[in-house]
Amino acid sequence: MSITYLEAIREAQARALRDDPRVFIYGQDVGAFGGAFKATKNLAKEFPGRVLDSPISEDAMVGMAVGAAIEGLRPIIEMQFADFSIVGFNQIVNQAATLFWRTNVPCPITLRLPFGGTEGGGPFHSQSIESIYAHYPGLVVLTPATVEDAYSMLLEAVAIDDPVIFCEHKFLYYHLKAEKLPSEALPIGKARIAREGRDLTVVAYSAMVHEALEAAAELAGEGWEIEIVDLRSVKPLDTDTVMASVARTGRLLCVGEAWPWGGVTAEIIARVASEGFGLLDVPPQRLNAKDTPVPYHPNLWMAHRPTARAIAVAARKILRR
Amino acid sequence: MLQTVLDAKPSEETIAARDTTLAAYHFMLRARQLDDKFAALYRAGKIHGGVFLGRGQEALSAAVGVSLKKTDVFAPLIRDAAGRLAFGETIEDAVRNYLGSALGPMRGRDGNVHRGKPLEGYFPMISHLGAMISVVNGALFARRMKGITGTVGATCLGDGATSTGAFHEALNQAAVEQLPLVLILADNQYAYSTPTSRQFVCADLADKAAGYGVAAHSVDGTDLAACLKTVGAAVGGARAGEGPQLVVAKLLRLCGHGEHDDSNYVDPKLKNSPLGRDCLKVAEELLVREKWADAADLARWRHEITGEIEEAVARVRREPAPDPYDEKWLAISSQHLTDLHDDDAGS
Repeated sequence: MSITYLEAIREAQARALRDDPRVFIYGQDVGAFGGAFKATKNLAKEFPGRVLDSPISEDAMVGMAVGAAIEGLRPIIEMQFADFSIVGFNQIVNQAATLFWRTNVPCPITLRLPFGGTEGGGPFHSQSIESIYAHYPGLVVLTPATVEDAYSMLLEAVAIDDPVIFCEHKFLYYHLKAEKLPSEALPIGKARIAREGRDLTVVAYSAMVHEALEAAAELAGEGWEIEIVDLRSVKPLDTDTVMASVARTGRLLCVGEAWPWGGVTAEIIARVASEGFGLLDVPPQRLNAKDTPVPYHPNLWMAHRPTARAIAVAARKILRR
Repeated sequence: MLQTVLDAKPSEETIAARDTTLAAYHFMLRARQLDDKFAALYRAGKIHGGVFLGRGQEALSAAVGVSLKKTDVFAPLIRDAAGRLAFGETIEDAVRNYLGSALGPMRGRDGNVHRGKPLEGYFPMISHLGAMISVVNGALFARRMKGITGTVGATCLGDGATSTGAFHEALNQAAVEQLPLVLILADNQYAYSTPTSRQFVCADLADKAAGYGVAAHSVDGTDLAACLKTVGAAVGGARAGEGPQLVVAKLLRLCGHGEHDDSNYVDPKLKNSPLGRDCLKVAEELLVREKWADAADLARWRHEITGEIEEAVARVRREPAPDPYDEKWLAISSQHLTDLHDDDAGS
């Protein structure tokens, strides 16, 4: 038996609904239809009255979740695509993210954002927008890269007393498989060493972890040992694990599928440069998507986002210095 | 305080109307005097940010507050001092929030009209208009899911907020879910300086209700008796399971958007029209006409409330201000997930 990243997300939601009567799911087409990606398949039938279709109203969907959270429930909101969460941006960053700070009342809501590029997704179904949410105080931003993390981190997201932006990568939905669901997991806030190495630290998250692993396998053939840090969560950001890895390797490459300007990769480099400058043997580098909207045609899309090949090219430049 | 001499034996209905009207009037008067005090403090430079008054909207706001039960949900807007007091807020907490007291409901983290106690059903507004409607929807939805019945949620907006996407999304959402939402629209003729002619072109904002499939109520917002009747009916309808209720009150904002605004753009014709009547005076005339109060009562009440407000302000001004060194600079409740690193200020 094997289980996909997408099925793990469905199973985590089924378990959350089963274990906690305060949990409900609200989103476009999530009811009888089971969601645009089938992440809520059969859940409306299994949990009557707790998996509900919403109107196409991202602002009101999030506002409604905040009100329900104040009343003690634990809503899971499915945004059909992360790109559409921007319509609910005001409620996310100004309502949900400020509630605890202003009133001391927690806001336990989970916003599921299917994000990242796939072939043919184009400008409005491909965006990686974790950085803009991480920028705002009051939010937890998670970016699981594995089937196991998709399951355990979603369960933990629902249990957290704060608003969680759960970035689930659409490219991983079907591509990634595991033998079984995990029985234990690293806590949120801890990064994971996805591959050990001594020559270069590559920091990545979500789908980019797999591109980095592929690049590392290619570079291993050339004699380089690449260490890959899977951040797992971008906020909180596990600076300690990154710093410890850079202390071992002296070289840093940050990879993100998001746009370059002021994002997660910039934040990591800023932290390493300001807190661990002496650990670096060469200037730290980063690799991001190009600074344009995400293109439609696969030829353009493959060139737009960092791939294993592009990561290997960037890594060689750092390794040869 | 509320007793007054009655010369004939009134019916139970009349007694109830008298008591409700007198109660609402008292909240109006308290709100007006509290607002006047805030304006004075603002002019004296004693308030850190802006001051936003509800002058001219007290009748509508008080009617909302007295129509709700303490177990209901209320998300007021900037001109709802009267409704807030009627829903149970103390004068002291209102003053604390304006002065930024560490003992206030928002502990100096937020100020002025941004105040509430969410766990008591009193939701603190954010500045983005229309954004509180769906939050009230969520509370009502949650209560229904938990099997709690008979709850109503009310929230207040102005004519300008009807132009927002949030208004549209949330009113439609309330209708789809058939929630007991009462949406109060104070059509006060200006959104900051923008007249309604630049905001919408339908004949009456109440016309919008049909488009959402919700009940509509129109009322003269300067008339306390009418507001009590209409808002009471809307709240009753929502409580009886008749779905969302939209109340549109026509009135005129008798002040600037805030105390920084001299509102010289307000059309003098509006000021001299029936819309420009001061609802407080209209209510006082009603009380005197019905012999529910006389001039001496009104003067006494005014004096008593002045004393109460002066005392509250004096008390609150002795309270501690928030201390940046003692402040917990954490925006999330999960302390183990806070994202601290060496760059953070103060470390």
